[in-house]
Amino acid sequence: MELHYLSAHELHGMLVKKEISAAEICADVFQRIDRTEERIKAFVTLTREEALARAREVDKKIAAGEEIHPLAGIPVAVKDNMCTRGVRTTCSSKILSNFIPPYNATVVEKLMQADAVMVGKTNLDEFAMGSSTENSGFFTTANPWDTERVPGGSSGGSAAAVAAGEAVLALGSDTGGSIRQPAALCGVVGLKPTYGAVSRYGLVAFASSLDQIGPFTRDVEDCARLFNAICGHDPLDSTSAPGKQPDYTGFLTDDIKGLKIGVPAEYMGEGIDPAVKEVIGRAMKQLAALGVEIEETSLPHSRYALPTYYLIAPAEASSNLARYDGVRYGYRAEDAADVVDMFMKTRSRGFGTEVKRRIMLGTYALSAGYYDAYYLKALKVRTLIKQDFDRAFERFDALLSPTAPSPAFKRGEKTDDPLQMYMSDICTLAVNLAGVPGISLPAGFVDGLPVGMQLIGKPFGEGTLLRLAYAFEQHTDHKSRRPAL
Amino acid sequence: MITIRDVEHVALLARLELNEEEKKTYARQLNAILEYAGMLNELDTADVPPTAHVLPLQNVFREDRVGAHMPPEEVLANAPEREDRYFKVPKIM
Amino acid sequence: MADYETIIGLEVHVELKTNSKIFCPSTTEFGAGPNTHVCPVCLGLPGTLPVLNKKVLAYAIKAALALNCQIAEYSKFDRKNYYYPDLPKNYQISQYDLPIAEHGHLDIEVDGREKRIGITRLHMEEDAGKLVHQGNITTSPYSLVDYNRTGVPLIEIVSEPDMRSPEEARAYLDKLKAIIAYTGVSDCKMEEGSLRCDANISVRPRGTKEFGTKSEIKNMNSFRALQRALAYEVERQIAVLEDGGRIVQETRTWDEARGETRSMRSKEEAHDYRYFPEPDLVPLVIDRQWVEEIRATLPELPDQRRQRYMRLYDLPSYDAAVLTSSLEMAEYYEACVAMYPNAKAVSNWMMGDLSRLLNAANMDITACRVRPDNLTGMLKLIDQGTISGKIAKTVFEEMFNTGKDAAQVVKEKGLVQISDAGAITAVIDQVLAGNPKVVEDYRAGKDKALGFLVGQVMKTTRGKANPELVNKLLREKLQA
Repeated sequence: MELHYLSAHELHGMLVKKEISAAEICADVFQRIDRTEERIKAFVTLTREEALARAREVDKKIAAGEEIHPLAGIPVAVKDNMCTRGVRTTCSSKILSNFIPPYNATVVEKLMQADAVMVGKTNLDEFAMGSSTENSGFFTTANPWDTERVPGGSSGGSAAAVAAGEAVLALGSDTGGSIRQPAALCGVVGLKPTYGAVSRYGLVAFASSLDQIGPFTRDVEDCARLFNAICGHDPLDSTSAPGKQPDYTGFLTDDIKGLKIGVPAEYMGEGIDPAVKEVIGRAMKQLAALGVEIEETSLPHSRYALPTYYLIAPAEASSNLARYDGVRYGYRAEDAADVVDMFMKTRSRGFGTEVKRRIMLGTYALSAGYYDAYYLKALKVRTLIKQDFDRAFERFDALLSPTAPSPAFKRGEKTDDPLQMYMSDICTLAVNLAGVPGISLPAGFVDGLPVGMQLIGKPFGEGTLLRLAYAFEQHTDHKSRRPAL
Repeated sequence: MITIRDVEHVALLARLELNEEEKKTYARQLNAILEYAGMLNELDTADVPPTAHVLPLQNVFREDRVGAHMPPEEVLANAPEREDRYFKVPKIM
Repeated sequence: MADYETIIGLEVHVELKTNSKIFCPSTTEFGAGPNTHVCPVCLGLPGTLPVLNKKVLAYAIKAALALNCQIAEYSKFDRKNYYYPDLPKNYQISQYDLPIAEHGHLDIEVDGREKRIGITRLHMEEDAGKLVHQGNITTSPYSLVDYNRTGVPLIEIVSEPDMRSPEEARAYLDKLKAIIAYTGVSDCKMEEGSLRCDANISVRPRGTKEFGTKSEIKNMNSFRALQRALAYEVERQIAVLEDGGRIVQETRTWDEARGETRSMRSKEEAHDYRYFPEPDLVPLVIDRQWVEEIRATLPELPDQRRQRYMRLYDLPSYDAAVLTSSLEMAEYYEACVAMYPNAKAVSNWMMGDLSRLLNAANMDITACRVRPDNLTGMLKLIDQGTISGKIAKTVFEEMFNTGKDAAQVVKEKGLVQISDAGAITAVIDQVLAGNPKVVEDYRAGKDKALGFLVGQVMKTTRGKANPELVNKLLREKLQA
């Protein structure tokens, strides 16, 4: 049996009924990895021994009659920008290629508490800056649906791993679309939670005011389960939302009648592949058939999201990435004359082109004389963008759009033109700027390549998103398709 | 308009060493991006407050309690260079 | 030479005496082995996040209230970006445009004139680590970094450019230190680095309105150094101007050994700290009731205590100011007065011999071996006539050096006062017999001669004779 393509909730049922063991699941997933990883290259680091050991611990608990967590024994891949105690955490950057964190990110700690089995650390665009994993300092991950194409990014490794059955679940991070866009391109479910819903402690920062960790799964129920496990207040993160979050599996009902969805015209216009529009149009009809009221609306400041994002995110990044200087951890250039020279050589050789480009851009945007014109201006436009969403959510329960303007593109297609690459995120960036949740789920296929639909919710409205996504999934068949590998 | 001199200044601020080719490329690309960003000037934001945080959180504190320290060997485990229990760096000046 | 006016503003950093660091639970304890007081957060490891220590905010507000500042309704943290190996994140979390407090002041007194010095702002920030060099920073082939101090909470207090002389700057720093120390939020020990001071200084021809170009002076590690460095800098700047030169705006370091300030030119770019709001911390909205609760915990501050001393102990203004100039001094004084009612006598001894000896030994009163009960014990011996006021000076010095109490010193050194009239008369007879010429002079109306004869009697008794008795008996003898 192909255990690696079962869902976490199916596997959990089998574990509880003792039809299989966690060790068997783990062995099966690693067998799959051995068969496909050479072509996919989703992982920077595999933790085979640790995973098997943890799986056996879960089996002991089951044998002892202990109640187990819904994620116990489930193979999970973790994006390599989340700190894992004793396991190399590289951010797919040369500058951190040998960094072994002495602590766990809060989400990793929560996975451990749940007895989930981490199978490895997945590839990403260096420091999560990119939309294709082509900016990885190590190698590019392939899209399981067409290995000539990119899996999207920056969480391309996590998305590809889940799509290829190299993991049942995965964690990614999303600063401007880095969960939703690769989820769309790889045909899986990806949730970018409300800013503050999931602790950022231990997530290597890219742009602190935008970064959020979220799940990659093959179905919506798993998404709710993984989100349940990782969300919640964390005293180690000052920006973590206080209070208790609900059990999100409670939202998984088939009944979505009467819910109101707005479709922002700006996300269905120029720059969107007509074939993608067609798939999204069909999905809208399917939702309407389920009793959802769908109406066109407008987020008038949408066109400003991209430039706003590309001032704010690089500015924060330029500061967040200042600590990589070769003093305390990571790569150091050895041939330096003095400490300034060491900093300069270390950083120039340790960072890749895109990271340096964004550090330059962000440094410039914050520098004397330009702060007001660029950074402050962007923060003000961010307010306008957020107000667009506030107004829309006075009328709608959710907003709907394509997740990405096109299906997976070929490697190398956009690497020469940064702005062109940045356009991959035009449907997702504003969601991070507004801090609201967004989910991408498979909505159909174009020429054998998956197309994702994005649902955007009110702050802490993940329940509504999961409810809509679940109902849509129940009445469509996209999740059962598997890439031919 | 970002000049090569601007690029050099920013690179020094950011502690990046760039070769001549990179300086030219970054000057060109930064200009393209900032020109694009210029579209923000279409918007009158004089009366718009900036959003630095999306969540309306305030006054998040911890109590003044001492917690665990890392064992010195763990502190220095990732150090590229060390001497005794110090991190070692090339000369400052 | 034209007449110049000096303009000085001070930036003072004070370490707050919390148990844990400003943004993480590592201890602030001083003096441990290198890199032992760190955790992932203060080491700036990737992925770590700051969480504000509430006590830091409470202490900053307390200090600000003591300095007559207005507490902000809304405040936030910002990142100050610069690269230095002692700064683990290569940015310092500080406060930029919305500091926790602004618009304060304190009053100083120099040469009997009171003056109010404005305080522009007070803000919170984190300290950096420590670099250890072989030799000094310019010659060392490499440096070592200890991050124990990173993240220790600091407040930075920026004055207005209101000071007009190095003496005023010194008086401001003295007063600032006293006020902060009184509040208990910091030790304010310059030697241990818990109080640090940088100065902005410029000169201008007297009568002109515009400020001259300023230089920023760093590395002044004591109060004396501050005064010396500023005095040096005033002369240097005037000399440059008189020479027809221009002052360059720059940072200069004080070289204590050479007694001069030196330019700190380096390949560093002009400062561009690229401040922006710290996205990892949320804003502060300061509850007014909490501010009032903190205000209610403010102790009596130096100026109030000085007023009380003048009222209660009838001390002159100057004496009261000196005694209240540090909390330790004031507490010492009050401990003495509680045991010994002659407040003026205690004050005289503290202002005189005690201060002189402390200064000579460069010692803090907390380290002084003469404790309040020792001092008052000695004063009681004087009152009882056991020792004379003059002998007491000798006794006190011995007490200061050995830590013994007065009675013990008097006993060991045989310094008990001779108050036996018979014994003194015998000495007087001896002196008169030996100095017939002086006796004659006195009788001829030369009053000065009496002083000589008293001196001779004291000398013969090695100072132990009761001086009043000597005077009385001598007059009687001479008039007889």
